[in-house]
Amino acid sequence: MSSETLIAVKNLSRYYGKFCALREVSFEVKRGQVLGFLGPNGAGKTTTMQLITGTLAPSSGEITVAGYDLLEQPLQAKAALGYLPEQPPLYRDMLVSEYLRFCAELHQVPRAEIHKAVNYAAGRCGLGEVFSRLIGNLSKGYQQRVGIAQAIIHNPAVVILDEPTVGLDPIQIREIRNLIRELGEDHSVILSTHILPEVQALCNHVQIIKNGALVLNDTIDGLLAQMQSNSLQIGLRRLPTDLQGFAQLLGVESVEMIDAQHLRIGHSAAINPAEAIAEYAVTQGLGLFELRPEQRSLEQIFVDLTCTEPEEVEEIA
Amino acid sequence: MWSIAKRELQALFLSPLAWSILAVVQVILGLVFAVRVSMFLEPDFQAQLSQVANPPGITSLIAGHVYVWASIVFMLVTPLLTMRVVSEERRNKTLALLISAPVSMTQIILGKYLALLIFFGIMASLISLMPLSLLVGGALDMGQLFSGFLGLLLLTAAFVAIGLYISTLTAHPTVAAISTFGSLLLLWMIDWAGGSEEQSGLLGYLSLTNHYQMFLKGLLSSSDAFYYLLLISLFLILSIQRLDADRI
Repeated sequence: MSSETLIAVKNLSRYYGKFCALREVSFEVKRGQVLGFLGPNGAGKTTTMQLITGTLAPSSGEITVAGYDLLEQPLQAKAALGYLPEQPPLYRDMLVSEYLRFCAELHQVPRAEIHKAVNYAAGRCGLGEVFSRLIGNLSKGYQQRVGIAQAIIHNPAVVILDEPTVGLDPIQIREIRNLIRELGEDHSVILSTHILPEVQALCNHVQIIKNGALVLNDTIDGLLAQMQSNSLQIGLRRLPTDLQGFAQLLGVESVEMIDAQHLRIGHSAAINPAEAIAEYAVTQGLGLFELRPEQRSLEQIFVDLTCTEPEEVEEIA
Repeated sequence: MWSIAKRELQALFLSPLAWSILAVVQVILGLVFAVRVSMFLEPDFQAQLSQVANPPGITSLIAGHVYVWASIVFMLVTPLLTMRVVSEERRNKTLALLISAPVSMTQIILGKYLALLIFFGIMASLISLMPLSLLVGGALDMGQLFSGFLGLLLLTAAFVAIGLYISTLTAHPTVAAISTFGSLLLLWMIDWAGGSEEQSGLLGYLSLTNHYQMFLKGLLSSSDAFYYLLLISLFLILSIQRLDADRI
């Protein structure tokens, strides 16, 4: 896996009239990365994707795709891109095979290789059964898959998918996720979604965008580390009136009551007092029924990052 | 560009619209042709012709007449064919596919334009077969016939360019169709406002029909051809600009 940079975005801004949809966003995506793009509705996810694919022109900033500047050499840059918009761009009156052939021609796949490319994309997206059916007659899930097939048919270096799993049933979602994971091995993939577990399951990089600005840009491992917190939650049938017993255990730093049966115990990073707590609870006969490490969920991080009131936004606007 | 043109033609011929337009146009113009031929063969008409000092030939009387009607019918048909070309793509959000693909805006517009031209070329050729059938029973002025055919092609090419541009303006095919029809009709009759031919000046120059008349008379003048080419390039460039402006 080489680490060549496939997408470089520098100080990208986009205004719709006076409304600023994207402000000074910069990031890079390397080969082999699956970048999850998160954000509340209207945060600028789709705008960013449209800018990278050239369907919108940036107000200012630079975009480089596979080494080509999108504004200076749009054709070369676009040849390295596969894009699935929010609504798959399908011609309903075409057969799946015709449509894929057209997309291959459009993306300048050499004539001799079109047949191979069409079969490859159809195979990869599981379109074998519907290959000679009208697109308009397919179910939403299959249409979505045709949309993905369209995006990978010319084997682009960069695949950009805007909410690829919307409207699919759970089995289809799993299939599509497997597909995206496979794609991530030899392409770079940018994926926008508002389904948080999807990001956790698929991506190795996460970006959270809010009001047109990046608020988080991290690897998924970094994010998981952030999610660990040094506290345990325990449940006791008979809560002792005096909590000092817990506080004296090795490694315990704080004891806090959550409700009549639950305690939150903060501990140092070095020593995990779980075992000692269990022993203590049993010897005291406190009726221990629950003991688990507390974890901040991705959702919590997302909420923390996106729901705090933005001060600098007011300033600039 | 070619693949866009190919897809566009494919879409046209997959829908019943193209076939029914071809059929209707052929029937109407066939009727015009048949009526004209039978009128021409009537003894009264022949007698009248013989009294004129320099009588118009069979090519002017029959082929010219068919071509005049063809231009009117084509004007009615153009909006139906051009209305969906870009507006439907916009409506179905398929425009993103074309724009994110490695093709320029110019190629997108030219591809679509080419497809429509090919369709109208087929229609014009089918119509020209009718006057050509007169060759069985007589001689035709082939030069004049060719000039008329060329004129019809240029005229429809101008119609289509205007229709294509209007289609890029809106996401609603019906709005595009009505506006196109209105614009074409306006350009058709704009010289009426100028009164007689001598006074009409600018308005007369703008009129689509005046230039077409010359072609029908068999007068191939570069200034008339230039008028159409100018009109076509103007509206094609406007379409490209309009599509480009979508991104901003």
